[in-house]
Amino acid sequence: MKKELVIIGGGPAGLAAAVAAYDAGLRDILILERDERLGGILNQCIHNGFGLHTFREELTGPEYAGRFIKQVEERKISYKLQTMVLELSHDRIITAMNREDGVFQIEAESVVLAMGCRERSRGALNIPGYRPAGIYSAGTAQRLVNMEGLMPGKEVVILGSGDIGLIMARRMTLEGAKVKVVAELMPYSGGLKRNIVQCLQDYDIPLKLSHTVVDIQGKERVEGVTLAKVDEKGKPVPGTEEFYTCDTLLLSVGLLPENELSKKAGIKLNAVTGGPIVDQRLATSMEGVFACGNVLHVHDLVDFVSQEAMLAGKSAAMYVQMQTKDYDQPIALLAGEGVRYTVPAYLVTEEMEEPVTVRFRVTGIKKNCKIVVYQGDVQLLSKKRPVVAPGEMESVLLKKEMLHTKEAIRICVEEG
Amino acid sequence: MYDVVVIGAGVTGCACAMELSFLNTTVLVVEKEADVCCGTSKANSGIVHAGYDARPGSMKAKMNVEGSAEMEALCARLDVPYKANGSLVISNTEEGRAKLLRLLEQGKQNGVKELRIVEKEELRKLEPHLVEEACCGLYAPTAAIVCPFELTIGMAEVATLNGVEFQFETKVEAIKPVEDGYVLTTTSGEVRAKTIINAAGVYADELHNWVSKKKRRITPRKGEYYLLDKEVGNHVACTIFSLPTKAGKGVLVAPTTHGNLLVGPNAEDGTDKSGTNTSRHGLQEVLEKSGRHVANLPMRQVITSFAGLRAHEEEDDFVLGEVEDAPGFFDCLGIESPGLSSAPAIGKYLASLLKNKLGLAKKEHPIRQRKAVTRMKDLDLAQRNAWVEKNPAYGTIVCRCEEISEGEIMEAIHRPLGATTVDGIKRRTRAGMGRCQAGFCLPKTLEILARETGIPMEQLTKNGRTSSYIKGKTK
Repeated sequence: MKKELVIIGGGPAGLAAAVAAYDAGLRDILILERDERLGGILNQCIHNGFGLHTFREELTGPEYAGRFIKQVEERKISYKLQTMVLELSHDRIITAMNREDGVFQIEAESVVLAMGCRERSRGALNIPGYRPAGIYSAGTAQRLVNMEGLMPGKEVVILGSGDIGLIMARRMTLEGAKVKVVAELMPYSGGLKRNIVQCLQDYDIPLKLSHTVVDIQGKERVEGVTLAKVDEKGKPVPGTEEFYTCDTLLLSVGLLPENELSKKAGIKLNAVTGGPIVDQRLATSMEGVFACGNVLHVHDLVDFVSQEAMLAGKSAAMYVQMQTKDYDQPIALLAGEGVRYTVPAYLVTEEMEEPVTVRFRVTGIKKNCKIVVYQGDVQLLSKKRPVVAPGEMESVLLKKEMLHTKEAIRICVEEG
Repeated sequence: MYDVVVIGAGVTGCACAMELSFLNTTVLVVEKEADVCCGTSKANSGIVHAGYDARPGSMKAKMNVEGSAEMEALCARLDVPYKANGSLVISNTEEGRAKLLRLLEQGKQNGVKELRIVEKEELRKLEPHLVEEACCGLYAPTAAIVCPFELTIGMAEVATLNGVEFQFETKVEAIKPVEDGYVLTTTSGEVRAKTIINAAGVYADELHNWVSKKKRRITPRKGEYYLLDKEVGNHVACTIFSLPTKAGKGVLVAPTTHGNLLVGPNAEDGTDKSGTNTSRHGLQEVLEKSGRHVANLPMRQVITSFAGLRAHEEEDDFVLGEVEDAPGFFDCLGIESPGLSSAPAIGKYLASLLKNKLGLAKKEHPIRQRKAVTRMKDLDLAQRNAWVEKNPAYGTIVCRCEEISEGEIMEAIHRPLGATTVDGIKRRTRAGMGRCQAGFCLPKTLEILARETGIPMEQLTKNGRTSSYIKGKTK
């Protein structure tokens, strides 16, 4: 089988990429989705708050996904469900498998990676204690509750104040469970401010910052966990232990872009984001392969995923239509003082017809600061921010006419 | 009345059960957990030791050398992953050389083949990631790695195919001698047996002490491990040991048969025989010791950590055979390292003792082989397509990290001694053993298990008893 564009993943990123590629003129598009339906993780996000930027209304996750699924259906873009991609080769041959076709291969002229991310597990955190039933990642619990109608527990402690953890604190409470506490290792929450207010404060669920789980009790089912305060280095402070009886521990301790396919294909990854290194077209280091959504870097808002994915879809279409050119030396984009990473990581100026949105995360909470962009010693732009936090993605807009040299560009967070 | 009741369905109990199943006899295996391979057998290094560690003349030495010599052929018959990867005991100082030479000599006395000392240059070639200081090592090409779950399950399945019965979630609470044997009081009722094999792991001393005046004492010696992602599974090729100390062989770094990297264990004596919890200080200790011989261990790639308990007996040797003052009661006691390596030999040895004791004859045509659950991932394209054609469930991936299909999970459930728990599925297929640690596949696995067994969702467990996942339906 040959395809002009294969999109790996039919979640919000894959759907938007497909629509944009179609609208840019491609017709021979195939979406490969491993789950039983399109929409990805949005299908289990039944709370509202999606689409404020894209549709200017508050939608639930399935509603938001539904809008894009409709667009895919209207354009008659083909897709295969319950189809797992097993391998992506150096020359863009995709090996996949499902019930109907068995194992099959597709020669793809271009590829959009939209595989999303996975949750960090207990094991990766080395939380000591027993290994009983009742320890779930927040997303697994969310799937059980919202899609299967099953309650994973009745008395809950949540570690990590990422958005899924916060959402699940409210969800479990509404379903009659007692959420005793949310503990967060960092001195600030990793989730959105609005979720802290609407999911914890509104339900009187305490949030313990600078706390972690130091022991899990229960040989068969969770019987309780011990929390302790941590110092600046994240080490538990002896004497601060507090025991909470509970039958469930939910973990919302970080998301990891799922790039096993990309790695095996030899695509270069950014050590900070865990996602591919891309230019402003979202082109990866492998020719004809683009990336978007949470497989590229973890987002807070699906609206930004959709925007990014539309760019990836459009770029893939342009690649198929025009093929590659010989580009000049690209301009590097660097994470300067106070910035963890930037996406993209470099700019190919020949292709910079439109302004480029550079998304990035800051390293810590800072109040009354400014975001400053330098190229060499020249300041390209500066914008004031009342507060920035690692849990909220930031962005700046770069235009071609700002750039006069090939020197690296640095984004920094500065005082005042 | 059974000819033999085996207490404990770990690797030792299952090896005994399999060997006995080749004889004309009636055997029942009772196990307090919900499945085979739930104690020490599931939480160890998975190493087939060459056999140089044990004191010459000891049962440990004899069983280890015999067991490991047989392991490869046994694994081939049982379709169990096995890899002769070799092992290296490393010394970072010249002073350690004398100890290596003593081990070499001991190995020769025990009958270990191909053992030799390797020098720095060859060490580097064998293992490019060794630390700069590593100056000499004892190389044992006959050492290997094996999948401990599949070995135990494979032996248990063969035993089942030959008529051995297994009774799970059955804890033995008392054993009384009667005229023609023993009466066992269990949580599932009374069982009568002519003879008993005590393969109860860390609890074997308690059972022994019920029937014998010569008291035994087993100390649960905890070992904690890290398991690392397959991406870094080839950081070392051989199993890398430190020079042994009194507490054991120390923290090792080894690949697993499935391509992960294993780092551990420490050794800490305790009192709680079900205390398989990891601890901050234990994991820290392993971390500190892990880098002694292997440089740049990618500890950021840890996917899980776990602890196992060694059944350490005071006399520091395996206690195998009929108890002097309890005729018909046979001990397999103090089975710590090299217990896994020794299991095939222990099984044979115990079966031969029982054969003599009960005057048993060999079975005419016992089944000696089994096929493991299909491993789709290891098949080529055409073979995989043949499976999907036969049953489309083989085309649906459930565990994406380990690429395990729905068909494989169904197979694990519908086979002799099939899985009834989520851990049972995990140990038979690897579903949920990968880097996301079942984050994605758990709901789907529960659904398949409920559908295939007819057990309601709320009653499905991780590993039996009260380890249920679901606490009811939503509002």
